Amino acid sequence: MSTLRVWVEGVGLWSPQLADFAALGSVLGGGVPTPPPARPAAARLPPNERRRAPESVLLAVEVADQAVTMSTRDAATLACVFASSHGDQPITDYMCATLAQAPAELSPIRFHNSVHNAAVGYWTMASGCHAPSTAVAAQRASFGAGLLEAASQVLAERCAVLLVCSDTAGSGPLREVTGCAQVFGCALVLAPAAAPSSIAALDLQLLAEHADTPLPEPLAGWRHGNPSATSLALLASLSQGSGRCRLAASGTLGLQIDVRHVEREFAA
Amino acid sequence: MMPMLTTPLAVTAYTATSALGHGLTAQLDALAHGRSGLRPNDIGSAPLACWIGRVEGVETTALPPALADWDCRNNRLAWLGLQQDGFIEKIQIARARYGAARIALLLGTSTASIGATEEAYRRLDADGGLPDDMLRPAIHTPHSLSAFVAAALELTGPCLTVSTACSSSAKVFASAARMIRLGLVDAAVVGGVDTLCDSVLFGFNALELVSTAPCRPFDVARDGISIGEAAGFALLERSGMAADAPQLLGYGEASDAHHMSTPHPEGLGAELALRDALARAGLEAAQVDYINLHGTASRKNDEVEAALVNRSFPVTTRASSTKGYTGHTLGAAGIVEAVVALLAIEHGLVPGNLGGESPDPDCGASFAWRNERQRIDVALSNSFGFGGNNACLAFARAGFGA
Repeated sequence: MSTLRVWVEGVGLWSPQLADFAALGSVLGGGVPTPPPARPAAARLPPNERRRAPESVLLAVEVADQAVTMSTRDAATLACVFASSHGDQPITDYMCATLAQAPAELSPIRFHNSVHNAAVGYWTMASGCHAPSTAVAAQRASFGAGLLEAASQVLAERCAVLLVCSDTAGSGPLREVTGCAQVFGCALVLAPAAAPSSIAALDLQLLAEHADTPLPEPLAGWRHGNPSATSLALLASLSQGSGRCRLAASGTLGLQIDVRHVEREFAA
Repeated sequence: MMPMLTTPLAVTAYTATSALGHGLTAQLDALAHGRSGLRPNDIGSAPLACWIGRVEGVETTALPPALADWDCRNNRLAWLGLQQDGFIEKIQIARARYGAARIALLLGTSTASIGATEEAYRRLDADGGLPDDMLRPAIHTPHSLSAFVAAALELTGPCLTVSTACSSSAKVFASAARMIRLGLVDAAVVGGVDTLCDSVLFGFNALELVSTAPCRPFDVARDGISIGEAAGFALLERSGMAADAPQLLGYGEASDAHHMSTPHPEGLGAELALRDALARAGLEAAQVDYINLHGTASRKNDEVEAALVNRSFPVTTRASSTKGYTGHTLGAAGIVEAVVALLAIEHGLVPGNLGGESPDPDCGASFAWRNERQRIDVALSNSFGFGGNNACLAFARAGFGA
């Protein structure tokens, strides 16, 4: 099967332990970076939206903004692929609990924020983006499947794509079945060709089986606690410059990714 | 950036199951006779005065024992839908031809099997946890539908759920076209399923978007949607594989960047998606014979979409919404209405815009208020979703443009 080559121009990352992609480098170097404030800043959102937005939206917007800022691209021009295994679990928990007790009291705002594409919808509004946008899911493989979807857009449409993959922690009875214990989000800006802003080339290849690349602690624990953190295999390779990693692209397929570091031709 | 001309794909199999009945013959018969599938709401855990498009026989559909862990209303409807029009047999043939890993499975849904999660919350254990029979992680997640259908069809290729509210199962055609173009796969099963559940009935009701009467798309007195449920699937292959199959000529996607639950007032995203689809298909607007509109019967959607039709198409392009037949099937609307567009081409039928008894004067002469019989070479389907998510698909009869 042919290899898909895409170029990385920006990386975003947020978890309770990691304020950004640089913090991951610090952890991999044995450091303990300063954790971010409890709520993702999501500075791209207008203040009134930021105040009202659920954590799932703040998280996705925060990592998207980090990656787009690093890429130096205009957010309005980027097609968007937002992946999440579970969507907004606190809203699902709220809706199911309310529907079980007093369905007529369901909040209209929480209902429209419950759609899987809420985060990408708010992102396109905040960035004035009229490009195609999508929201996808693939259970534990949401990052790999989202990366495959994003890479196929990059190469088939010859355009730059913003990929976001994020999940907040589960709440209420739902948490027992999602098993999602902590918050994790990441983002990549991907392009079809090398540019002065490129930081790495990715060669993607589908495999008939899937095995996650082993990770050191604490990364392995983070990956266990959040499906979006399956991306850590790739993010660690990117942080270390080059390398090969594997992660799930579906329930049956794996994605092998060869990462090759390239020197940026300007300071972002 | 100008979209590239897209290489057409063959639609070698398709099917739909909705309130109109199971399979293509039932859809066509209801459309041809102007018969709505809507009925007074008789589902849900609490009463709600509205009309719904409910599929008969979902409750009595049983999954095969090997797939029993996937049991829930949404997956039963998916299974029921897969049984129609020999769809499973056609997938078996494709699997033998290409291999299970060379066929992508890309399905759209807005709420997947959240109805099962709602049920689990209605009967929590004494300790506040989900009841034992509902401790099935695979159904309490948006990917439930696609993972179930992958198991049911024994497909092992790329498998993705697209969940962009009411444009979900239109956008899967675009994803499939890209994967086939890049050679990641040789074929793709696309489609979508959404089922009636409390979340959507009471959610849209909370937004004051649900009519208490059968929905009236593009009627001057329209006052909201009727929610429906449906399952639909299609098989896409390279055109060379089937010269006699209808074609997917192009697709368009765009974002409103305006509001979560209200369309852009000038229909900006919808127009961008339309132009994108026409450009990829290499079509002029005047070549479009029929356009199946999103036409939800909400005040705002229909106003914006009617204006888009008026300024984009000559009167020879016929336009209608079929939500008055099926209800708004949400994440399944894209595939159901793609199937209507394909039936329109195959049978030369422009379905009348059921429910538009008193046409809104904003609607121009393109609107088909009653059934019309004419040759249809090219048909479009519009699908718009919350979050300002817009998609447009362009289909053509076999051999068009060849």
